[in-house]
Amino acid sequence: MGLLSKKDLKLITDPLADDNPITIQVLGICSALAITAELKASIVMSVAVLFVLGVGNVVISLMRNIIPSKIRIIVQLIVVATLVIIVDLVLKAFAYELSKTLSVFVGLIITNCIIMGRFEAFALANGPWKSFLDGIGNSLGYAVILIIVGFFRELLGSGTLLGIKVLGDPIEKTGVYAFGYENNGFMLLAPMALITVGIIIWVQRSRNTSLIEDN
Amino acid sequence: MGLKEKLHNIRGKVSGTKWQTMFGAVHTLFYTPNETTHSGGHIKGADDLKRLMTNVIIPLIPVLIFAMFNVGFQQNIAINGYQEGMSFFSGEFWNFDNFLIGATKLVPLLLVSYVVGLGIEIIFATINNHEVEEGYFVSGMLVPLIIPIDTPLWMLAVAVAFGVVIGKEVFGGTGMNILNPALTIRAFLFFAYPTWMSGDKVWVAGAKERASEIVEGANLDAISGETILGSLAQGKEFAYSTWDMFFGFIPGSVGETSAFLILLGGLYLIFTKVGSWRIMLSAVIGSLVMGLIFNAIVDAGIINETSKFYGLMSTEFWHHLLLGGLAFGVVFMATDPVTGSQTNRGKWIYGFLIGFISILIRVFNPAYPEGVMLAILLMNVFAPTIDHYIVQSNVKRRLKRLKAKTV
Repeated sequence: MGLLSKKDLKLITDPLADDNPITIQVLGICSALAITAELKASIVMSVAVLFVLGVGNVVISLMRNIIPSKIRIIVQLIVVATLVIIVDLVLKAFAYELSKTLSVFVGLIITNCIIMGRFEAFALANGPWKSFLDGIGNSLGYAVILIIVGFFRELLGSGTLLGIKVLGDPIEKTGVYAFGYENNGFMLLAPMALITVGIIIWVQRSRNTSLIEDN
Repeated sequence: MGLKEKLHNIRGKVSGTKWQTMFGAVHTLFYTPNETTHSGGHIKGADDLKRLMTNVIIPLIPVLIFAMFNVGFQQNIAINGYQEGMSFFSGEFWNFDNFLIGATKLVPLLLVSYVVGLGIEIIFATINNHEVEEGYFVSGMLVPLIIPIDTPLWMLAVAVAFGVVIGKEVFGGTGMNILNPALTIRAFLFFAYPTWMSGDKVWVAGAKERASEIVEGANLDAISGETILGSLAQGKEFAYSTWDMFFGFIPGSVGETSAFLILLGGLYLIFTKVGSWRIMLSAVIGSLVMGLIFNAIVDAGIINETSKFYGLMSTEFWHHLLLGGLAFGVVFMATDPVTGSQTNRGKWIYGFLIGFISILIRVFNPAYPEGVMLAILLMNVFAPTIDHYIVQSNVKRRLKRLKAKTV
């Protein structure tokens, strides 16, 4: 790969697994719990964060030498807020129903710790290209977890995927419902999102024991 | 060579193989191991965890047998109607047909609960290479007793798997869990499949099945049985006498209906020192206090009959002890030594709040007609905090005494 050196590639692949923002850094948990009851909402949220973090990291990186360090948080907030408003308006214009499902959580991307965390930890100290890759990598890592959680919560909670009834119709008793299967309403509640994230963390750490923290 | 020696011999043979944990678990259930500790200080006491657990199972057996009769009896009166003069001593209750109906429903629940729960415990013990701890022994017995009789077996299996893995094994197994596993299982069922856990169709065996057959066009009479708490929450009258409630001829979760047998069980637990009398007594006091407060509110005329809380608030305060799962929860669940408070003063606070909050939830939240499950789970979470402050205050008091002495 001519475009990406090995070091650059690590910026993208590391956050996908061994340095995942949710399961390892434990950032961005609130949105992971709140909007993952449906797979579609998870995907849209992931795309929104991908956009905000990718562009935001580049903008902050370009400005890193002119931002006075005393007011850097405010500058970062303004950058995120601007990008989030763009996302919010685009959603309202082209996917109104979805923007209602996501409700305040699009606005709350501003407070998503992953974004401020990456600005602080990476974009302020690195060039625009690297910052861009870092932003993409971290938001993809976020997206992977969101989509896994969203997949299981929607499948087990509502019996659908992206709104399609993959398990049959619960009212007309087709598919697996004919055998007495029922949707698990608990999966739609926030505690099960936390437990699902916990199970992902469990699986990940038992596969790669070097991730386990010492007590 | 007796059975005991044979088992001891087999034990020697399997030790070191992967069957060791599984065999050891079954073996020590019946016999204590034939080895003694040679060195180090150890506590002198014949009771290990297994004997302790057995002592909780014993008072549950009469409850289980009574439940089998009651399941059949409830189905019978749901179909044929309630007749005057049916009582604890009447042949209509202690009837082999009733027992058979109950047994065919309850034994599968019991089997699923034990096979799934112990299966998971053995798998975890084999992976982690430690002995099987018998924490699930009591939970496995409690679980079928605290759910509606018609709970589908696969739901129970899913819930047991969840409760044992997420409620217990992730924290490190028996003795490390924060929440009572049996209640975790029930809470999971309650939130996951609410249509199977509440309403008037789930308390009578076969009612739900019948209802769906009627929808499909079968020519049957619908049967249903509302719990007393359910009727009260809707402000309806109920036809049961206080003695019915005390002895338990009422619809409800499988094993929680008979306050009489639960009382005997509680006395047994106190006598064998397995359950804490402090927790039981303070929980009873807590629920009576809350009941009295609600009665006083009604008497003062603050709310009237149009209020949706009137039915439950005006229930006589001591009736609350006989209704729902409160008695069962207080005697068999709140006294769990792992998840409850450890200090004596802590036990008073812990128990009192369980009783108090149970009645509070029961009255104010019709969506959760039985609050004792949530109250115990909530207090399980707070038990370590209560203990911490009790211990700290003891330390402070002693330090003060020490200072006074040295000065």
